[in-house]
Amino acid sequence: MIAIMMAAEAASGAKEAAPFPPFETWHFPSQVFWLVLLFGTLYFVLSRFILPSIGNTLERRESSIASDLDEAARLNEEAVDAQKAVEVSIAKAHAKARETADKARAKIDKTIADETAKVDAEVDAKLAEADGRITELRAEAMKNVATIAGETTEVILSKLGTKAAKRSINSAVKTALGDG
Amino acid sequence: MNLFFYGAADPMKQFEVQKWFELPPVFGYDISFTNAAGFMLLGVVLCIAFFSYAASRGKVVPNRLQSMGEIGYGFVADMIRGTAGEEGLRFFPFVFTLFFFILFANLIGMVPYAFTTTSHIIVTGLLALLVISIVIIFGLWKNGLKFFGLFAPSLGDMPILGKIVIYAILIPIEIISFIARPLTLSLRLFANMLAGHILLKLFAGFVVTGITAGGIGLLVAPLAFGMGIALNALEFLVAGLQAYVFAILTCVYLNDALHPSH
Repeated sequence: MIAIMMAAEAASGAKEAAPFPPFETWHFPSQVFWLVLLFGTLYFVLSRFILPSIGNTLERRESSIASDLDEAARLNEEAVDAQKAVEVSIAKAHAKARETADKARAKIDKTIADETAKVDAEVDAKLAEADGRITELRAEAMKNVATIAGETTEVILSKLGTKAAKRSINSAVKTALGDG
Repeated sequence: MNLFFYGAADPMKQFEVQKWFELPPVFGYDISFTNAAGFMLLGVVLCIAFFSYAASRGKVVPNRLQSMGEIGYGFVADMIRGTAGEEGLRFFPFVFTLFFFILFANLIGMVPYAFTTTSHIIVTGLLALLVISIVIIFGLWKNGLKFFGLFAPSLGDMPILGKIVIYAILIPIEIISFIARPLTLSLRLFANMLAGHILLKLFAGFVVTGITAGGIGLLVAPLAFGMGIALNALEFLVAGLQAYVFAILTCVYLNDALHPSH
């Protein structure tokens, strides 16, 4: 590259002996003055105002991202806690429902048992009563059978033209009827 | 007619400094406002305008321009951290100013008819001197005489005779390379910008002279035009790269001032 530069310089120098512009010295003071002034200004403005402001923005962005992430983590934790609470309360509700159902079932069973016992007792009492009456009626009926049989025998004997003592008839009937 | 085109195609003409406003001399020095000063002023104004927009907007969610400004900020900060460590950040405003001053000057130079302020050795030389002065003054202020340990890197365990022999060779080399720093720093930027713009102008000139000459020139012109386009792309790369190289070498030199024993 320097070779090209030299060649170009030689070429232009050969034509009209024009000096190589970067090596002309008349503009050096002006170049130095303006470079110092402008570079200094740029440095001053950048370092004093612009760079701190950009640095601030970057810091702010970083911290806001960090705090957003923290917030998200916190909310996530809250959500997990809330879910746990819901699960616990659902389990409690299940237990309570089961307990209530068990209690109701026990109560109903007891009522049914009570009613059944009461009805059974009534029925038993009625059956006993009926049995007693049946026995009574049968005993009475049996008594009547002996009387009727004695009278019938007397009537039959009278029709046959014989007569027998009342006592003997009764004992005969008694024997015929078994124990009566 | 040929003379007119030759004049227009003179590759050195773009580097000529012309007075725009005569100013009264200060202490006998001519400080007239020239085209060089004008384009330097333009670069500084654009730089301030761009970054003050990015800074003043200051939203947590940036738009494109604000984001560009902030990326520039982060880019320079990372560059310093990477070469000079966290302590290097005390020079952040300086390196930032240097990088964007040169970048804007280089990019403005890419606009046709614009003046490239960084194509003048006096400008790049002064910037390099500023960098080296800061390195030396800060290095001495912070490290005292230990700063000169820069020239005698520690060699570890070694017989004393071997150390003497090695230092006899090493120290002069280190001193010479230190003295060469401002030269290489300024010449690199200056020569790159100068040579690039000469090449651009030469190939652009070939297009014009080729067409006016006719004949075989009509074949040369399109080739030169293609080269001009390719060189333009290259020069944009060089404009950014040289600003970056200048800034990162500044960081490397500042690192020497911060930590002289390597």
